[in-house]
Amino acid sequence: MNDRSGMTVIVKTVVRISASLILLYGAYIVAYGQLTPGGGFPGGVILGGAFILLCLAFGKETAFRKLSVNAASVLDSAGALIFLGIALSGYAWGVFFLNFLNKGIPFHLWTAGIIPLCNIGIGLKVGAGLFGAFIALTAFRVVKKGD
Amino acid sequence: MQILPLFIAIPMGAAFVLAMLLKARHSVVDILANVVTAVLLALSITLIMTKGTITYEMGRWAPPLGIVLVLDGLTVLMLLIVNLIAFLATIFSISYMERFTAKAKFYSMFMLMLTGLNGVILTGDIFNMFVFLEIASIASYVLVAFGTEDEELEASFKYMVISSVGGLFILLSIALLYAMTGTLNMAHLSQIISSQKSGIGFLFTAALMITGFAIKAAIVPFHAWLPDAHPSAPSPVSAMLSGVFIKTLGIYAMMRVLVNVIGISILGRAWGIMLVLGAVSMVIGALLGLGQKDYKRLLAYSSVSQVGYIILAFGLGTPLGYLAALFHLTNHAVFKALMFFNAGAVEYATGTRDLEKMGGLSEKMPVTGITSVVGTLSISGVPPFNGFWSKLLIIIACIQAGRFSYAVIAILVSVLTLAYFLKVQRLAFFGKIKETLSNIKEVPVPMRVSLIVLAVLCLVIGLDAFRIVQGMDSSWLVRVLLNPAKEVLVNGTGYVSSILPK
Repeated sequence: MNDRSGMTVIVKTVVRISASLILLYGAYIVAYGQLTPGGGFPGGVILGGAFILLCLAFGKETAFRKLSVNAASVLDSAGALIFLGIALSGYAWGVFFLNFLNKGIPFHLWTAGIIPLCNIGIGLKVGAGLFGAFIALTAFRVVKKGD
Repeated sequence: MQILPLFIAIPMGAAFVLAMLLKARHSVVDILANVVTAVLLALSITLIMTKGTITYEMGRWAPPLGIVLVLDGLTVLMLLIVNLIAFLATIFSISYMERFTAKAKFYSMFMLMLTGLNGVILTGDIFNMFVFLEIASIASYVLVAFGTEDEELEASFKYMVISSVGGLFILLSIALLYAMTGTLNMAHLSQIISSQKSGIGFLFTAALMITGFAIKAAIVPFHAWLPDAHPSAPSPVSAMLSGVFIKTLGIYAMMRVLVNVIGISILGRAWGIMLVLGAVSMVIGALLGLGQKDYKRLLAYSSVSQVGYIILAFGLGTPLGYLAALFHLTNHAVFKALMFFNAGAVEYATGTRDLEKMGGLSEKMPVTGITSVVGTLSISGVPPFNGFWSKLLIIIACIQAGRFSYAVIAILVSVLTLAYFLKVQRLAFFGKIKETLSNIKEVPVPMRVSLIVLAVLCLVIGLDAFRIVQGMDSSWLVRVLLNPAKEVLVNGTGYVSSILPK
């Protein structure tokens, strides 16, 4: 980790400690979306933010070792397909988008039927999508004529 | 009606599956995309025979709280047009898009756009409509920039800025409507609006709506983005954008919201603005089209002009006017898609869009040549092709409503249309072939299939419409598709009673 890319050693050390905590916090926000404020979108933003932080502090090579652009793109599509799959499986019980799972006891973790599952799909989609958008805005350049 | 959500779910699923298939062979993505659009076309054909209004409650949540999908005559007509053109566009893309590298990405964005269009048509919730509208718009920004040349990026950026402003107008009016009524379900909204007396707030939201949708539909003061954006996109996408995109996002959404939700009685005399907008679009689009040298840019100006016809007929507010508007909408989707495919075929074969560098192409490309003649005759309103009948109906509707000056404008613009399309024919297809173009070939089979199907449709719709002379209902198209669609508009805010239980 003593290559020149990225920021100073202070930033790198802080990020090394905090990145995993941020990831964990993102996962918590996604998982508790049906109970507390938060859910798939904000949780996904935090998850994506952890990778963006890695990318800023260590340079893009290190970040790509953790999550390559292709993997982000696949995760992004997978998130959307999970959500769509849940909506379509409602058909097995008669109606599109039906909440077909047991609703459970309020305020317990596994409640609200399909909503936690939807949150996971949205979290993946938003996290991977945000990371992908960040990469697209920073790493790729359109080569201009004459440059 | 269990199949209604599939119009949204199938293309959306296909879009994300295609996005994962970036490294797959081109034949695989071709087959997948074409099967998807074929299935959607088949599904929309099965809907033709449905009677009355059918609602579908998503997740079994009843309106006004839940989101409903609504199927009525207007929806059936629009779904059929959109999915037909989408199917032909994907067939056309098999050969046309070979010269671009990321074919799977193209199809992925195309499917997202189709998701948005189908969603706008089906939804019965006004905010849901806005979301689908933006899905379709954002996918179209990407598709316009697909070539990533300077010109295309600039066109896409301009399109994105102007179209987003249009989206903001629509969003603001939805927010105001929600503030005044406390609901987003279109039927419930309509119910509350008709029960309230104060019209000024609703008049303001209607003004915002008209502005927003007029930007999406590229009606003249707001048309600046269209002549850049539509030619820059790959030809199958241009056909979708000009053929169905501006009609779904602009005209259909405007009809639905103004006629069925807000109700044109609230607008009062302000409704006359539609006639002015339509006439101005017709004239200015045609005049600007006359001077164009770029094949696709000329077609784009012609779209502005033809959309003017639709808005004019719609603005008359009479049953015959609505029928004529919907008829012209259908016809324009068919022949403008045909003409953009023609332009794409010419570009594919010769590598240029500049009309002055072409000449005598009919000799080498008979299918493209003949279908382009069909398209030209249709759009200029020459019998027996379809454009004649819808223009005739528009003119009759104008006279019936006592708007003689607009009828005269419609006839004059039709002459202008013939003039600039004859210019295309003379420069591109007739005359002697240039030496630089002596070794071009006719386009591949899939592209020819799309061209021939649309050209035959132009003729078949035209011949079918001959029976209008014996009474409107004698024509199959009018009886089965256009009349139920017209009834929805004539019914106006009666839309409510078919969706909300009493």
